Amino acid sequence: MDLTILILQGVIVAATPLLFAAIGELVVERAGVLNLGVEGMMIIGAVAGFSVTLETGSHMMGILAAMLGGMVFACLFGFLTQVLMSNQVATGLSLTIFGLGIAALWGQAYSGMTTEPLAKLDIPGLTSIPIIGPLLLSHDILVYMSIGLTIGVGWFLSKTRPGLILRAVGENHDAAHAIGYNVVGVRMLAIMFGGACAGLGGAYLSMVQTPLWVENMTAGRGWIALAIVVFAAWKPNRALLGAYLFGGVTVLQLHAQGFGVKIDAQYLSMLPYLVTIGVLVVISRDKTKANLNAPACLAKSFYASS
Amino acid sequence: MSGILKKIMTSLAALALVLSVGVASAAEKTKVGFIYVGPIGDHGWSYEHDQGRLAIEKAFGDNVETTYVENVSEGPDAERVIQQLARAGTDIIFTTSFGYMNPTLKVAKRYPDVKFEHATGFKQAPNVATYSARFYEGRHVIGLIAGSMTKTNTIGYIASFPIPEVVRGINAAYLAAKSVNPDVKMKVIWVSTWFDPGKEADAAKALIDQGADILMQHTDSPAAMKIAEDQGIYAFGQASNMHTFGPNAQLTAIIDNWGPYYVSRVKAVMDGTWSSGDTWDGIGAGMVGISDFSDKIPADVRKLAGDARDALAAGKLHAFTGPINKQDGSAWLVAGETANDGDLAGMNFYVEGVEGSLPQ
Amino acid sequence: MLRLEPRKEVSQPMLYATPVMAVALTIAAGMIMFLAMGEDPVRAISIIFFDPLFDSFSITEMVVKATPLILIAIGLSFGFRAGVWNIGAEGQFTIGAVTGGSVALIFWEVEGFWVLPLMSTAGILGGMAWAAIPAFLRTRFNANEILVSLMLTYVAILVLSVMTHGILRDPDGYNFPESRLFHDSATLPILIEGTRAHVGFIVALLVVATAWVLLARHIIGFQIKVMGQAPHAARFGGFLESRVVWLCLMISGGLAGLAGLFEAAGPVGQLVPSLPVGYGFTAIIVAFLGRLNPIGILFSGFVMALTYIGGESAQIEMNLPSAITGVFQGMLLFFLLGIDVLAKYRIRWARQYASMEKG
Repeated sequence: MDLTILILQGVIVAATPLLFAAIGELVVERAGVLNLGVEGMMIIGAVAGFSVTLETGSHMMGILAAMLGGMVFACLFGFLTQVLMSNQVATGLSLTIFGLGIAALWGQAYSGMTTEPLAKLDIPGLTSIPIIGPLLLSHDILVYMSIGLTIGVGWFLSKTRPGLILRAVGENHDAAHAIGYNVVGVRMLAIMFGGACAGLGGAYLSMVQTPLWVENMTAGRGWIALAIVVFAAWKPNRALLGAYLFGGVTVLQLHAQGFGVKIDAQYLSMLPYLVTIGVLVVISRDKTKANLNAPACLAKSFYASS
Repeated sequence: MSGILKKIMTSLAALALVLSVGVASAAEKTKVGFIYVGPIGDHGWSYEHDQGRLAIEKAFGDNVETTYVENVSEGPDAERVIQQLARAGTDIIFTTSFGYMNPTLKVAKRYPDVKFEHATGFKQAPNVATYSARFYEGRHVIGLIAGSMTKTNTIGYIASFPIPEVVRGINAAYLAAKSVNPDVKMKVIWVSTWFDPGKEADAAKALIDQGADILMQHTDSPAAMKIAEDQGIYAFGQASNMHTFGPNAQLTAIIDNWGPYYVSRVKAVMDGTWSSGDTWDGIGAGMVGISDFSDKIPADVRKLAGDARDALAAGKLHAFTGPINKQDGSAWLVAGETANDGDLAGMNFYVEGVEGSLPQ
Repeated sequence: MLRLEPRKEVSQPMLYATPVMAVALTIAAGMIMFLAMGEDPVRAISIIFFDPLFDSFSITEMVVKATPLILIAIGLSFGFRAGVWNIGAEGQFTIGAVTGGSVALIFWEVEGFWVLPLMSTAGILGGMAWAAIPAFLRTRFNANEILVSLMLTYVAILVLSVMTHGILRDPDGYNFPESRLFHDSATLPILIEGTRAHVGFIVALLVVATAWVLLARHIIGFQIKVMGQAPHAARFGGFLESRVVWLCLMISGGLAGLAGLFEAAGPVGQLVPSLPVGYGFTAIIVAFLGRLNPIGILFSGFVMALTYIGGESAQIEMNLPSAITGVFQGMLLFFLLGIDVLAKYRIRWARQYASMEKG
């Protein structure tokens, strides 16, 4: 197969966990909530997806378990921040610490085991079409889910009434409340959605990308996902761009080394971060689009006064 | 109120009594402490050190008590953890990562009666011994196998950081592969991390995409082995037997086998014969293990690799035997000359034929 | 049904009572966890939570651990008050260690009282320079500082790695990635002989006091608060947003850089690639746990330090996995953060609707 296509396939694999987590967090932040616990929810998704796949032999069950696991942890965050109005930044960070710990305990019984990786799509006659086949029609179901999710979330936020409500809650929770919307309810749903997505991102790592379970295996991807939401200026299509850009540069610099590029590998390893900063600077340079597009109520606690 | 207080005080006193009795009965046992840089579930470096700890428990049973602290970074926390181990009445402490070198020495100065064993370092003290394994001997064996078996003449190597240990491994594997296959090429990808399964998997895929049909790694997770298995190519286990991750892919594994050394050192403490020193053992002493060869290896290659293993073990063969030039073409070893340990310990150059550059 | 009703003012008694309640709840939950794991709950809790408090070695080690957390968290608290989100203190910490440590290595074997002050200055400037990148990109190009500072953290850690593998490597160290050990005059004086508690802690205390005065009395503190609470009013009020962004990032970057240098010149005594161990991220928790208040940060820094040290003891004494430390820390933090609600709200029955404005 053509090397370019192979490289692009590698990019898709590296970008998909980031995209899942970023899309989820994007919805959460659009609702005005900042959950820095993405890493914690991802690792729970990774261990849940892997262990349940192993126990049941069904990848579908594993995927469901990963979503559920991420959601349960998100609910914990939601309860603390929405009901008890705790500080979102600190609660999210604590969730990361907690999640990494729980996942390590949970996974102890599963270390050293393996499952079959998630099957790739294979449409007879179509997958074998040159270029288009291997590039577009030969991935696992989660890749298509992540793309579908991005499109769906974009449509939901901009075209639907519930999406409008969600944005209103994120922009001005007092006004949204005054109109009669259930701010806490909307936010809880958004947080749970975010948890499910982060769980999927983690599951992609443990069920497709590696595919195995080891402690601390997310290795900071939750943080990258958070950065991608900012990069995206809270727009889903740009989150796709961000995830593929970051994943792309990561994979490309590995390939560059294989080709024998005469640059110290540690400098090459800096590239994904530097390129992301560079691109962000270029696309946000226009100062007339002020406010950085951040939801106005991001990270602010809401209290229903009446 | 005071009644409750009294109750609490008595129960606390009882607790203290229980604790002190526990300590007293443990005093007869030899206490052994370990500090690991990763989680014991990493299936690599820390996992194998913990296997060594379990070997001690197995060998001495009730006469020994072991304890460990995992996930201790090599930064500011190491010294405290080592000191906490020393304070807990430990008789001998194994500090199992290079970055623990200076913290180990600092604590050792404060606890002259406690014995310390530091892995992969080069500074000793009267109560600090160092030990390391000649993993490059194992790299020689897998280099022979890889060189003989590659169909694309391309071996992929996933490396972590350009420290002498890693560079030595690349050179040893390359020289061995080249000796049986003059056309062989080694593609090295540095992932700049010891442990990131996702990135290790990405690197493995990149190497396979670029034509590598056999993978070697010097990182800690079994991700590359699993990728090799799924893509139907071969790989070598690193640090531990990764057979479960690649039942078809794993040709053999270089195993860090610390057990025999650990058992002998604890025995020496018990006998009162422990003394400081520097141990650098290889296949011969059993510190570097070569796991069973896979059936996938052709019989002649198996014999070649097996003979090399035995010759290395017997001391009849050295993995770095001249003539060897450095990457820039300058001579390093003349024909028949073998590398001295000083050169090996500080190796920071590629040998001729390896592509890429190392930071100087 | 229960309902929360805002207090007119934060309840002072509750402010002190809530941490105690959180600790009690953590102990209760921890006991259940240890029981479920088949461990002795009383022993585990006492090892993690109480023994370190009555042991001089552990206390000095808590000082060592809390010093960088407090320094960084104080710096971050300025930015967080003003809505300037520096998530990359870890990177500024790392670069501060690199620049300050480089001074120590340049003047290796040079004696002089001026070495340490020079190193500290270099450390502060290094941290500031690293924080200046997000400040510049934010004020000049509108680029969000969360992303820039976070991404630069990873770059900084690689910079440290490049340096310790390259030009700062110990020439006599068999090419292992670490610098020479700093000379005595480049090492922080120890407060109590035989421990690792160093003068950095005194500096941290001074920083806490200065921050308290600044926030309570000085115009800078006022500007920062206004900017955080009402950015539009701040613009109207005539002080430039960009000035506050720069100010906050310079304060947090400088203090993080200083903390990094203190780690290198204090407990570690050299530059090593694994010097950054996450203080920059943990300090974010410390800052909010201390309610962005300098005195609160002092306490929360010690609470975090306690859980780390207690967790290590539990591993040694009971052979518990290190994951337990994380779970326990997470529980403690959840309880501390969750129960805080009682300081600002009182619990009422649902029928008694309050008609107050949002507090």
